[in-house]
Amino acid sequence: MSHSPIQPTILSRPVYGELEPRSGSQHLFVADAEGGEAILDMARAAPEGFFDKAHIIFIPKETGQSLVARLESLKPAQLHIAPSYSAVVPRLHRVLSSAHMGLQLYLSGTEGLMGQAMLEATNQGIPHTAIQTEHRGSLCRRVQCVHCKGITEDVTMDPFQCSHCGLHLFVRDHYSRRMAAFQGVCVDAENPGDIPEPVERFP
Amino acid sequence: MTIVFKEESFRDDFTYSNSDWAIQRFPFPFDKDSYMYSVNMERHVPVQAGSVFEAAFDVDEHYVSEMRDRALVLAEDPLRCQSLPHMTLAGWDVLELIMTSKAADYPEHFELHRDGDTWRWINRPLGIDQSFTFLDETTLPYGPLEYITRQAQGDFAVLDQRDDNLWMDAGMVTTQADWSLDFDIGMNFFEWHAPVPKAHEMGIFQRALQYLLNIRQGEPARRLNWTMTVNPLLDTSPENYHKWGVMRGELTPENIGQKLHLRVELQTFYRLPRSNGLLFPIRCYLISLQDLVTVPKWGRRLHRVIRDLPEELATYKGFIDNRPLILEYLSKYDDGAPTSPGIFPD
Amino acid sequence: MSGGANFQVTVFEVTPVNDLITRFSFVRSDGGELPRFSGGAHTVVEMHDEGKRRLNPYSLMSDPADTRAYSISVRRDDAGRGGSLFMHRQVKPGMEMTISAPVNLFALDLRARKHLMIAGGIGITPFMAQIRQLSMMGGRFELHYAARSPDLAAYADTLLAAHPGRVRTYFDEQGQKIDLEALLDGQPLGTHLYVCGPKGLMNWVLETATQLGWPREAVHSEEFLAPPSGKPFEVRLAASNKSVTVDEHQSLLEAIEEAGVDAPYLCRGGACGQCETRVLEHEGTLIHNDHWLTEEQRASGERIMPCVSRFEGRTLVLDR
Repeated sequence: MSHSPIQPTILSRPVYGELEPRSGSQHLFVADAEGGEAILDMARAAPEGFFDKAHIIFIPKETGQSLVARLESLKPAQLHIAPSYSAVVPRLHRVLSSAHMGLQLYLSGTEGLMGQAMLEATNQGIPHTAIQTEHRGSLCRRVQCVHCKGITEDVTMDPFQCSHCGLHLFVRDHYSRRMAAFQGVCVDAENPGDIPEPVERFP
Repeated sequence: MTIVFKEESFRDDFTYSNSDWAIQRFPFPFDKDSYMYSVNMERHVPVQAGSVFEAAFDVDEHYVSEMRDRALVLAEDPLRCQSLPHMTLAGWDVLELIMTSKAADYPEHFELHRDGDTWRWINRPLGIDQSFTFLDETTLPYGPLEYITRQAQGDFAVLDQRDDNLWMDAGMVTTQADWSLDFDIGMNFFEWHAPVPKAHEMGIFQRALQYLLNIRQGEPARRLNWTMTVNPLLDTSPENYHKWGVMRGELTPENIGQKLHLRVELQTFYRLPRSNGLLFPIRCYLISLQDLVTVPKWGRRLHRVIRDLPEELATYKGFIDNRPLILEYLSKYDDGAPTSPGIFPD
Repeated sequence: MSGGANFQVTVFEVTPVNDLITRFSFVRSDGGELPRFSGGAHTVVEMHDEGKRRLNPYSLMSDPADTRAYSISVRRDDAGRGGSLFMHRQVKPGMEMTISAPVNLFALDLRARKHLMIAGGIGITPFMAQIRQLSMMGGRFELHYAARSPDLAAYADTLLAAHPGRVRTYFDEQGQKIDLEALLDGQPLGTHLYVCGPKGLMNWVLETATQLGWPREAVHSEEFLAPPSGKPFEVRLAASNKSVTVDEHQSLLEAIEEAGVDAPYLCRGGACGQCETRVLEHEGTLIHNDHWLTEEQRASGERIMPCVSRFEGRTLVLDR
């Protein structure tokens, strides 16, 4: 059973599964916050010696600090604790650019984290369908303003105001892997100034 | 035949209009008095001399002005034309297909001279005479896809075929019915159609994909799609929706005949030889309601189609709020008489 | 025929390559150009063999940019249904034949950082065209080619000479075997793997790649099945209101066509899905031989691929 309340809606909206150990030459994990729990849950099913070939990159955020010690106890070959996704990007890029076929990639946590790490991996030649994902924690979304192209992180309200151009946007389920973002579209284009009361749709 | 190209605009003062010739050959999309989604594919072979189905890539009186509008859109937003790195070869396939087709179909307007990989392309309406080396990107002012689609009416999606799916990995999209290439590039067939209501549940896209995957070289296919647009605005993009959306509220009983346009897409599909990709041209034709009702069969039929269209589709196509106004106008042209089958005027 | 655009061609050359393999080249009978194609594409060759009409797919092995002539290589199968024997024995230079426009079910993934190719025996042919295409585009590739003996390794010498360092051969007779695990381990991310050859080789490569964690989307294979022979059976074609008998050495698709019923197809080898047909009724066993239908579809008994699949039993009614 999935730990995520995310339900399939339209076919471009990603859905997430549950991490499971797969055979591979190397195992790379990228997780944020509650996403660390998904690694710990998966570890119970992992065969002996699985973490000898594992590299875990973990961004605890506010809610994942307590998981760090438990991830250490899995004794992965490498464990890297990072303060933010953007701080992780150079390392992730370096690891993927010298990786080989047979590498298994496991992503868990928020959609924004998984989407961005997936984009980095697909740019390096891993098919997106071969990447395991498990959603945990917040439902907040990364949303691209279709008008100015700016991306607003951690959107919880719908509609919301674009942090770049200031337009009021409603959040569609239409999702682009290439942007790692949902689409935001002007909510009052046909009736300027008529902006519905924002609702917390993505707590 | 020699086409007389019109000077007209698709923005600001909207001077676009159709001549009597263009009205008679307009690709009216309804072959009966009702509409529902279907996989309405047929072979793209010439039918009826003078119709938009005669040439592989139809050129009409709007050609020069449409190409100018495209250049304006691209100057404002270069992201409307993109090609992922592996699609360059497909871009050359597209260039070859369009150049050879136009030169064969309209020899008085276009010429192509080939000597091995040394090519010379003459486009008289746009005043272009370009010599270049085929498959060498450095010999053209733009990439091959952008170069040739700056000289061809309609949008062009270039699809890569792999894993039993089609992937929108390149395109030139400036005359679209409210979708964004920049956002959708890289998506598969089901993903970029995801926002379309109902059709997924009906299995339309499954069947359409199966058909498209099996399209062979030399056997292009086509279908028609449609929507409604206020003002003859080619670039109804999501990017600019905050600018044009407000026009939907400008319709009145007095101006609807002149302002509201039936927007028809002639979609065609070509297998590309070198890349095994699929070219998906989406050619947009616009006609005002007042011009459309000059063909009595079309006036009667459009009234019935709009009247009986399911609410979800009218919403998706963006005219649910204006439907009463449209019906009020069109009902004057529907005397209840039976209509003949097929799309052509009687 | 429902396979789409066809070309009338004249056999230009018939060249024995070794004891088992002969190469045929075709030019258009009207002197025109043949279409360009993409590496990995095949053509369907129509044969008229003593009243029997056969349509067999063969990979195009010529340069995809060469529009003057197409070539294919055919391995003689003495135990087969006779298509390859017809090609070897009956087809002579100057003969007129019909071939289909190219169709590609084994295309290169042009996103690949590197193309890793594994060929077994006659499975070398699609790679000949793919390598030409990659050479033109400057793509990185590596070919590992297994054959019984140097004599039977068609085109190995040409390939080794043209692409030293990128081509390796392995001969069963000399006890040489591809060290597959070592080969697959250590390939850079973004490598795509392609395999074409006998069933045993293909299964071995596909299984090993899966075990080593290669994604399904990065592994490509092509195998054309020859329609297997079997007991004759009767079939009723409901839509066209006809009954036909499928002979021992005839495929269901061929029997349908012989009855004058137009049926869709592309590959005629169980790979493309184009000829999928609805089974309206059956009392007996559907013998599925294709690569197309899923296990569930087979179990449902509602679909059959008439290009390679057969039937044993009392009644079979198809929606055709």
